[in-house]
Amino acid sequence: MSKPRTLFEKVWDAHVVRAAEGEPTLLYIDLHLVHEVTSPQAFEGLRLASRKVRRPDLTFATIDHNIPTTTDERFVIKDQIAAQQIATLRKNCEATGIPLFDIGSGRQGIVHVIGPELGLTQPGKTIVCGDSHTSTHGAFGALAFGIGTSEVEHVLATQCVSQKKPRSMRISVTGTLPEGTTSKDLVLDIIRRLGTDGGTGYVIEYAGQAVRELTMEERMTVCNMSIECGARAGMIAPDDTTFRYLEGRPYVPQRSAWGEAVARWRTLVTDEGATFDCEIMLDGTKLEPIVTWGTNPGMSIPVTATIPNTSDARDASQRAAMLAALEYMGLEAGTRIEDVTLDRVFIGSCTNGRLEDLRAAARVMRGHKVHAGVDVLVVPGSEAVKRAAEREGLDRIFKEAGAQWREPGCSMCLGMNPDILAPKQRCASTSNRNFEGRQGRDGRTHLVSPATAAAAAITGRFVDVRGWKYRS
Amino acid sequence: MEPIRQHRGVVAALHRENIDTDQIIPKQHLKRIERTGFGQFLFFDWRYHPDGREREDFVLNQGHFRKATILVAGKNFGCGSSREHAAWALGEFGFRVILAPSFADIFRNNAGNNGLLVIELAEAVIQHIAGNAETHCPYELSVDLENQTITDEYGLSESFEVDPFRRHRLLHGLDEIDMTLEHEADIARYEQLQQASRA
Repeated sequence: MSKPRTLFEKVWDAHVVRAAEGEPTLLYIDLHLVHEVTSPQAFEGLRLASRKVRRPDLTFATIDHNIPTTTDERFVIKDQIAAQQIATLRKNCEATGIPLFDIGSGRQGIVHVIGPELGLTQPGKTIVCGDSHTSTHGAFGALAFGIGTSEVEHVLATQCVSQKKPRSMRISVTGTLPEGTTSKDLVLDIIRRLGTDGGTGYVIEYAGQAVRELTMEERMTVCNMSIECGARAGMIAPDDTTFRYLEGRPYVPQRSAWGEAVARWRTLVTDEGATFDCEIMLDGTKLEPIVTWGTNPGMSIPVTATIPNTSDARDASQRAAMLAALEYMGLEAGTRIEDVTLDRVFIGSCTNGRLEDLRAAARVMRGHKVHAGVDVLVVPGSEAVKRAAEREGLDRIFKEAGAQWREPGCSMCLGMNPDILAPKQRCASTSNRNFEGRQGRDGRTHLVSPATAAAAAITGRFVDVRGWKYRS
Repeated sequence: MEPIRQHRGVVAALHRENIDTDQIIPKQHLKRIERTGFGQFLFFDWRYHPDGREREDFVLNQGHFRKATILVAGKNFGCGSSREHAAWALGEFGFRVILAPSFADIFRNNAGNNGLLVIELAEAVIQHIAGNAETHCPYELSVDLENQTITDEYGLSESFEVDPFRRHRLLHGLDEIDMTLEHEADIARYEQLQQASRA
């Protein structure tokens, strides 16, 4: 009998093109996703070296990072440098035969939202993109990770990446997550425990009852933020939830090939007896809604808690980091996070810009009005998400509450487009990073789940959504 | 890629852990379609006031630190976004070597692909070097990639570990795509096997 293997090892082994002692492994890539910001220099590099795109049929592009989210501006971009970057992607795709899901095509959206919704993302695939949140696709049992532009060029030219094999970690979450908590709270809690570098060098497999009970969109949120604890990738073994999500999507195998694919995918589980370099067990039943207070995603607390004191720091270096974060965020240790008031709310991003996220936010906001003085932006993750949300009337709920309903894109998650915070504005955001200046210079970001963000929009401050008075 | 064998240069210290790529180069400066022109935006929000004036309290705006080519920083340097613009900006500013207790994975790869040598050293050594950077003006280090040592004029002599393959590439300034294309036959064979198993 062959040696028991982890899910990660199975996917890794199936893609080894070349492995030699003392050299990184050459790993074949099944799906390469491309966007406007990290690709122009890669295409230019290919041109200068007279190299071709090896597999345009395994490469797909979209426009997401810098496009405006207002209906008028998305087709007529005022920022000339951003417009040139988008025009360059169009030109590059046309010249190389790479399919482009362009603005207005009905399939445009954040790269990590459209990959899954089109069925391009599939169990067992190796997936890369010039974006760190490529880890999202691991929710399907794919091995997916972010790469830099030189590596984008490398994949375009060779369809391979050169990689040292990462170590493996399993995080098992037992029990059922309590009502009012979400997979966003779960992953923020995991990052808080591991720290922003606790996963560095690892591929994390998420397992256990609480993970099995998550929907595909919830699983994507968890894998998406794996990079925030430094992990190379996050993975979840595919199961019936995965197959139900994928069936019938445009790029999945059709008819008899579907059944064969599912049979193959069912083998993508960690074998009994397989070992990990690191194992962590968490009790899912104790989870609370989480809010970040600082300037990295590991600086967070339960919504019921107070902002930590610097005397709790593990060493001088962490104390300095906490002091700098408190100062940047304009907060004082010991303050209840529920007493912190807000100027802005952002609901969207590759972390939480999918239909279920918008449903969760709408459920909280229905029948309520946005708190006076709070500016609320709801940005669907893709054109398909936007259509589906409008079919359900979610847009009306948001608009009636006083929120802005926008066009799809990365938007205020990183503020490359006009959606940014003004200095010192405080924002509850469903995105993935609360770094200094991430959403705008001197802007103050608190990461939360869509439900918590929606509740904050109504109350004007953080509130424990577990006690929310829903209106129908 | 420019090879790096030995490097001697001025050290500047950033006393921070988790310096993320949003800090190294903020997003509003990622819109260029070239690999060049990013050095001016390095650590932009720390280096300049909102009105564009230099911030005097930032180390790289001070005296000889403007000429620094070796950066020493806290753990988990380069975390966050995969933007290679961070490595481009550091290189264009003049940095050839980054020293820290640890680095984020994607940044480490991006640095290696741009001839930027990243070296992990124990926290205590990092603090010692960072301290020297501030007390000896200017403080210089000699980094020898061939022999994997770091030395100064005050008796510091540390050896460091580096991935042998990355060391080889940096020493000779080798292009990774060229190296991979030497294995074209392996790639083609893999593709044929894939096709056969699907047929």
